[in-house]
Amino acid sequence: MERDKEILVMKDIVKTFPGVKALKGVDLNVKYGEIHALMGENGAGKSTLMKCLIGIHPPTSGQIYFEGNLIENYSTSDALKMGIAMIHQELSPVEHRSIMENIWLGREPKTKLGLVDHKKMYEMTKDVLKLIDFNEDPKTLVASLTVANMQMIEIAKALSYNAKLIIMDEPTSALTNKEIEQLFSIMRRLRENGKSIIYISHKLDEIYEICDRITVYRDGQYIGDGDTKDINVNELIKMMVGREVNEMFPKVTCDIGDVKLEVKNLCYGRKFKDVSFDVKKGEILGIAGLVGAGRTEVIETIFGIREKSSGQIYVDGNEVRIKTPADAKQNKMALLTEDRRSTGIFPMLTVFQNVIIANIQKYIKKTGLLNHKKAIEDTNEFVKAISIKTPSIYQKVENLSGGNQQKVLVARWLLTNPEILFLDEPTRGIDVGAKAEIHRLITNLAGQGKSIIMVSSELPEVMGMSDRIVIMHEGKVTGILDNTKDLTQEEIMRYATGQAATA
Amino acid sequence: MTSDSKKLMDQAERSRLADNKKTKVKALLQKYGIILVLLFLIIVISTIQPKFLSSTNIFNVLTQSSIFGIMALGMTLVITSKGIDISVGSVLALSGVVAASLAQVSSATTQYYPSLSDMPVILPIIAALLVGLLMGSINGGLIAFTGIPAFIATLGMMTIARGLALIYTGGKPISQFTPDMMFIGSKVGFFPVPVLVYLIMIAITWVLLGYTSFGKNVYAIGGNIKAAEISGVNVKKNLILIYGYAGLCAAVASIVFAGRVGSVHPGAAAGYELTAIAATTIGGTSHYGGIGTVWGAVVGALVLGVLRNGMTLMGIEAYWQQIVEGVIIIVAVVVDMRKNARKK
Ligand SMILES: Nc1ncnc2c1ncn2[C@@H]1O[C@H](COP(=O)(O)OP(=O)(O)OP(=O)(O)O)[C@@H](O)[C@H]1O
Ligand SMILES: [Mg+2]
Repeated sequence: MERDKEILVMKDIVKTFPGVKALKGVDLNVKYGEIHALMGENGAGKSTLMKCLIGIHPPTSGQIYFEGNLIENYSTSDALKMGIAMIHQELSPVEHRSIMENIWLGREPKTKLGLVDHKKMYEMTKDVLKLIDFNEDPKTLVASLTVANMQMIEIAKALSYNAKLIIMDEPTSALTNKEIEQLFSIMRRLRENGKSIIYISHKLDEIYEICDRITVYRDGQYIGDGDTKDINVNELIKMMVGREVNEMFPKVTCDIGDVKLEVKNLCYGRKFKDVSFDVKKGEILGIAGLVGAGRTEVIETIFGIREKSSGQIYVDGNEVRIKTPADAKQNKMALLTEDRRSTGIFPMLTVFQNVIIANIQKYIKKTGLLNHKKAIEDTNEFVKAISIKTPSIYQKVENLSGGNQQKVLVARWLLTNPEILFLDEPTRGIDVGAKAEIHRLITNLAGQGKSIIMVSSELPEVMGMSDRIVIMHEGKVTGILDNTKDLTQEEIMRYATGQAATA
Repeated sequence: MTSDSKKLMDQAERSRLADNKKTKVKALLQKYGIILVLLFLIIVISTIQPKFLSSTNIFNVLTQSSIFGIMALGMTLVITSKGIDISVGSVLALSGVVAASLAQVSSATTQYYPSLSDMPVILPIIAALLVGLLMGSINGGLIAFTGIPAFIATLGMMTIARGLALIYTGGKPISQFTPDMMFIGSKVGFFPVPVLVYLIMIAITWVLLGYTSFGKNVYAIGGNIKAAEISGVNVKKNLILIYGYAGLCAAVASIVFAGRVGSVHPGAAAGYELTAIAATTIGGTSHYGGIGTVWGAVVGALVLGVLRNGMTLMGIEAYWQQIVEGVIIIVAVVVDMRKNARKK
C-alpha cells in the first residue's frame, strides 16, 4: 500500500435538500493510512458530505473515487462491502440484542442447514473484538454497555466489514478522558495498519493530538486543507468561522447576591449520597467530575425528573417540594438536558415550535389565544443571537445539523427566563464560534442575577465560566472549590478521581 | 493521568461489576416472573378445585389454548418488529371457510362444491395456508410500501377478510367434514392432535426467531429500524415475511379450528386477534419493539388458558372472567414498561 496515494477523492460534490443547498461543490482527498479531520461550524455540511459518501443521501452532483474507481449509485450496504464504514454522530445499535448480533446483523454466518451459526458468530466476534482489545463477552446485551463501549462495538463492526476507510462523526462527544485516550490508541493502531480514518470533532485539542491532515468547510463550501502541523489554532479557527474568535470564555465577575438555591444531604438510591451545595444569585456554579460520577443525576433529581430518596431543597431559604419537572418550573427552574435526542428535541416539530414549547404561558394573550407575533419575534431573535443555521424557523428540527439542534434547545431554555438554570453539557457538539456566543449569553444571565448550575465534562469550560466548582466522584461531592486563578486542571482531576476530598 | 487515579478507576469498575450481579438476579426475576405467575395460578386453582390437575383437564387446557396460542406465535414476530396485526381473527375465518369448503364429505347435505368428491385432507390444508399467507403478505406489503401504520393496514384487512369470508359462504356456515379433517381436532391415543400441531408450530417459530437471519432481522427492525437499514437489512422484504407468517399462523389455527368444531362459519374467531395479542403481551413481548420470545408467547397463552379453564371450573361467571383477563393484560404491560424503563 502506498501511503501517499489517495484512497478517496471526492470532487465538486453538490447536495441540495428542499430549500437548502447543504453542499455547494466541495472537495475532499483522503490518503491511505491517515487520520483526516473535517472541520467547520455547525451546519457547514460535514455530516452531509459523509452521508453522501456512504450512500445515505446520494449527492446531487459530483464524483466520488474510491481506491481509484469512480463509484456511483450505491447503497449503504454496498459502501460497507466496498470497505467504507461510518460510526454515526447519533449512534445506532439495536439495544436489546447482543454484541455479536449487532456486529453481524444482516450477514450472520450460517450452518449447512441455513440456520444462524451462533458458535461461529461467537468466535468471529471474539476475533474482531480482539483487534481493538475489547474483552466483553460477545453475548452481552448492547443496552447494558456504556456509550463508549457502544462505540467500540461500532468500530469493531466497521473492522468486521474489513473497512479500509472509517468515518467517525463526533465520536468523543459523550466519552470520558480515559475513554477518549483508549479510542485514540485504537485509531493509531488502525492507522499503522494502513486504514484511513475521517474524523469529525469540534474539540480542537483532539484534532491536534490525533489528526494528520485537516480539511475545512464553511457554509457548504470548501475552504482549504493542509497538514495539521502547518496550521495553527488561530488560523484554523479563522478558516472555520471566517473571523477571529478572541474570547472563548468571556467571563465577567458580576455581583453575587444571596443564596438562591440550597441542597442539603440529597440522596438518590445508590446513584449519589449526601450531596449538599448552594448557589447564589448571579453565580455560575460548575459541576465537574468524570462521566458517571452522578452529576446529571443530581440535577435531574433537583429538577424532579427522579424522585429523591432523602434530603432537602431550599429556594430563597424556604424548603420546596419538587416531585415533577412542572413543580420545578413553578419554582422558576429550567433544565437543558444532556441527551438531546431522548429528552430534548421534538424532531418532527419546527424550530419555532421547539423553541416556544417551554414558554407557551408567556405568550398567552388575555383572550386565551397565543400571541404568535411576539413568539415569532423572540424566536427569530434567538436564532440570530446564537446563529442557529436554518433556512427558516419553520424548518423541522430533525433536518438541522447536530450542533444546531443543540442550539435550538439552548434557545428554548434561555427564553424561559428562569431564575435557576441547570445546563447539562450545554455546548456538546457546538462549534467554537457559537460556543463563545453561548458562553456570553450564560454570563449575561448571571449578570442579571440568575443562578446557573452548569455540568460540563470539558474542564476548560468549567474553569473558564464558573465562580465556584463542585466536584463529584462516584456519587459523592469530594470538593467545592473557589475558581481562583491558581486553580489547575490537575487539582480538579485529583478530586474527580477521588484522590482528594474536602467535603 | 497518574497511575494512582487509574487504580481508583479500576476499583470503581469493580464495584460497578458487583452491583451488576445484584441487578442480574432482579432482571432474572423480571424476565421469568410470568412463569411464577403461571405456577401461582395453577396452585391456587388446583387447591380450590383439585379436578383441575386431572390429565383430561390438563389436555383440555392445552387444546383450548392451542388455537389462540398458534396465532400468538405469529403475533410475537409482528409485535417484536414493533407492529401489530388485528386482522388475524378475520384471516382465520377466511382461510377456515376455504378449507371447510374443500374438506366436506360428498354426502354432505349442503355441499359447497356439489360436484366435488371427498378430497385428500392435504388439499384444504394447503388452500387454507395459501390464503393465510397471501392475506398476511398483503398486510406486510401495504405497511412496507405505503408506510401506513400497521394498525391501520391490518384494520383494513380485518374488515376485508371478514367480508370475503361472508361473500365466499353467502353468510352460511360450512360443516360435515371428511374423517381425515376431523382427525385434526381429535386425539391420537390420549394425545390431542391440536396440541401436537401447536408443538410443531412452537418448534418452527422457535427456530425461525432464534436461529435464522430472518429472526435476527425481526429483532433489529423492532429494536432500531435505522440500524437495520444501515446494516443492509432488506426491511421491506422482511416486513412482508413477518406479516405473511402471522397470516400463515392464522391459517394453521383455522385448520385446527375446523377439525375441532366440525364446522366453520364466516363470523368465526371474531375477537381472537385480541386474545392472541393479549397472550403475546402477557408473555413479555414488548410493544416498544425489539423484545419478544417464543416461550413467552407460549406461557402467555397458557396463562390465559389456565385462567379461563380454572374460572369456569370454579364456577365464575363468564362476564367476570372477561374483567379478570382485562386486568391481567394491563398489569402485564405495566410490568413490562417498568422493566424497560429501569434499564435506561
Ligand atoms: N435531511 C435534511 N433536510 C434538509 N436540510 C438538511 C438535511 N440534512 C442536513 N440539512 C442541512 O444541511 C446543512 C449541513 O448540515 P450537516 O449536518 O452536514 O452539518 P455539520 O457540518 O455536520 O454540522 P454539526 O457540526 O452541527 O454536526 C445544515 O444547514 C442542515 O440544516
Ligand atoms: Mg454533523
